[in-house]
Amino acid sequence: MTSSLRPVLLYLLVAALIAGSGVVHGPNTAMLIINMGLISAIMALGVNLQWGFAGLFNIGIMGFVALGGLATVLVATPPVTAGWSAGGLRIMIALALGAATVVAAVLIQKRMARGMTRTLLTLVVLVGGFFLYRAILDPGVDAVEAIHPASAGNLGGLGLPVLLAWPMGGVLAAGAAWIIGKTALGLRSDYLAIATLGIAEIVIAVLKNEDWLARGVKNVIGIPRPVPQEIDLQASAEFVRGAASLGLDPVLASTLYVKLAYMVLFTVVLVILLWLAQKALNSPWGRMMRAIRDNETAAEAMGKDVTARHLQIFILGSAICGIAGAMMTTLDGQLTPGTYQPLRFTFLIWVMVIVGGSGNNFGAVLGGMLIWWLWVEVEPIGLTALDFITSGMSDTNWLKGHLNDAAAHMRLLTMGVILLLVLRFSPRGLIPEK
Amino acid sequence: MDLINALVALLNYVIIPGMSYGAQLAIGALGVTLVYGILRFSNFAHGDTMAFGTTFTILVTYWLQSMGVSLGPLPTALLALPVGILMTALLLLGTDRAVYRFYRRQKAAPVILVIVSMGVMFVMNGIVRFIIGVEDRDFADGARFVISARDFKQMTGLEEGLAIRTTQVVTVVTALVVMALLFWFLNRTRTGKSMRAFSDNEDLALLSGINPERVVTVTWLIVAALATVAGVLYGLDKSFKPFTYFQLLLPIFAAAIVGGLGNPLGAIAGGFVIAFSEVTVTYAWKKVLTYALPDSMAPDSLVQLLSTDYKFAVSFAILITVLLFKPTGLFKGQSV
Repeated sequence: MTSSLRPVLLYLLVAALIAGSGVVHGPNTAMLIINMGLISAIMALGVNLQWGFAGLFNIGIMGFVALGGLATVLVATPPVTAGWSAGGLRIMIALALGAATVVAAVLIQKRMARGMTRTLLTLVVLVGGFFLYRAILDPGVDAVEAIHPASAGNLGGLGLPVLLAWPMGGVLAAGAAWIIGKTALGLRSDYLAIATLGIAEIVIAVLKNEDWLARGVKNVIGIPRPVPQEIDLQASAEFVRGAASLGLDPVLASTLYVKLAYMVLFTVVLVILLWLAQKALNSPWGRMMRAIRDNETAAEAMGKDVTARHLQIFILGSAICGIAGAMMTTLDGQLTPGTYQPLRFTFLIWVMVIVGGSGNNFGAVLGGMLIWWLWVEVEPIGLTALDFITSGMSDTNWLKGHLNDAAAHMRLLTMGVILLLVLRFSPRGLIPEK
Repeated sequence: MDLINALVALLNYVIIPGMSYGAQLAIGALGVTLVYGILRFSNFAHGDTMAFGTTFTILVTYWLQSMGVSLGPLPTALLALPVGILMTALLLLGTDRAVYRFYRRQKAAPVILVIVSMGVMFVMNGIVRFIIGVEDRDFADGARFVISARDFKQMTGLEEGLAIRTTQVVTVVTALVVMALLFWFLNRTRTGKSMRAFSDNEDLALLSGINPERVVTVTWLIVAALATVAGVLYGLDKSFKPFTYFQLLLPIFAAAIVGGLGNPLGAIAGGFVIAFSEVTVTYAWKKVLTYALPDSMAPDSLVQLLSTDYKFAVSFAILITVLLFKPTGLFKGQSV
């Protein structure tokens, strides 16, 4: 098989698999898989940028995805004016003060000579700043959270069109990536991994606990959508006529129409990002990145600023994950911090990149679509398989009940086995780097 | 002002919980640090290895309970522990055969092994969920308290109670025994010395005739014991839930890195540093301060620095501080 034919065939295979799901479970399921698959592909593209191009080991993807989700709430939901007048300003001042404290501490560390005074002064600034920050923040938070706690209790967003949240999600994630990169890049690869793992947990903890920000575990629902509501479509005589002319039931037609609209939006974003990533890969900059990845010492000897380049690509990759996170929250129409699980949002994306082929953008996209399809389908396939295995047992057999309950956990096992098999027998992935 | 009551409250809410949590983290971190020292990669499957060992210990505990076997005031899980360790040892040796050995022979880069351990983590996580499900399980039995708060109050006539739970005593005692055994093994036995030699300088160790596969096998056996003990102690003290064990990865790694990766003594120190920082920062100090300060200065608020949900932030902050100022950890660890 020629090397140019292989990717085409693999993409056709994924298309056939998704079409198969459509035949078995109905077109809505297939569209759902495609939409989440597109988002997963974008996340995989971001991770591929970091790992495939530069060899950076980021296992905090979940945090960047969640920051993207936060951006949708902050951009698209209407502002809660009562909340703002109750304590919004106070919270903003406290946050500014907190940031100023950190900046002051960093400046002291940078500008002063090493020694006891510097350490003491840093500690005084940090501890004092923390207590001052809490003293200003807490009353503001209490005031904001007291306003209509059942429906609001937060500051709300800016009330802008939701599509603006997508780049904004990228910007938020990039900001977080800058902070982590500044501290942890340049250290060993495992340390970056642990640092990103930690920051992801902290982002989720903030989302869960800071109710004034995005309502915490009370969730934000009804985030504005960039596409019409199914209900409105069904009410529109014109749409119902159009559906009838295609021979479709209006309810089915409306759900498909909405998903199709999302699909077009997501595809546009994916194509733009993929085009940019391809351009970057084949540019002098991309070659420099790969040179750094393959031999840091040699690249450094050639005068390349390794840490700065790493920071750059770490920020870019994280921003892409942030964009994908904002798109996902838009698709869901709600932000539910409790659903962010590292196995699903960090490690699954890694499986996508490794299986697809690290270092190859088309591989990452393929891996994203394929693994997402598998993630969705493993459960029904597992159930069918277990039904077959247990078909000889009576319904009261404890093993049968146990096995049927356990089918839900087949996903993790399958993903792990696939990752291990690919790493062992085809470490360069399905579409290897050229 | 009432310093004795303040001290009792401090012991009850900070020092004793911190000690037992620190002991659990320390044993967990010892496992991570040993794998790092001998096999030279960060094992992300460690949390799930702990969960696996605990799962089997719980199953055997349930079986023993159904047979009417118990240890009196001590938790039955201690009897079941050897079975858990054995199963974990079989799992780890099997994993090494099937997965890690291939990459060792290839001399793969450490980061590849880390990704491989991610795959192993997925598989173990799946196995644990497959066997025992995802629910919270409480398997502690025996006497609940060594001293209950009420008895303590009656005994001393103090206003504050001091409660010491059996699991806390069991944790600290077991941890001491495990650590003593480990250090005796590493410093006094031939195999232990060959492990340390292998960790210090692989080439030199190979030249002096140390069999690397034997060192690796022994390491996995010890790691199996450490992981199971840490998991069971944590589960007895709190409760067993597979997802919590996965999340323990962060404080455990923080402890190992803070102490200096590859350095067993550092892992223990790191475990206690992380545990005590978490407890002190997330504890509401109002009670202790009300006793310790003159009445006029008694605080109105809870005096809680951070809500308990931010405990990860504490491990993380300590980790970052150490990485920035002393990248090899408090005790000298390896840095590849």
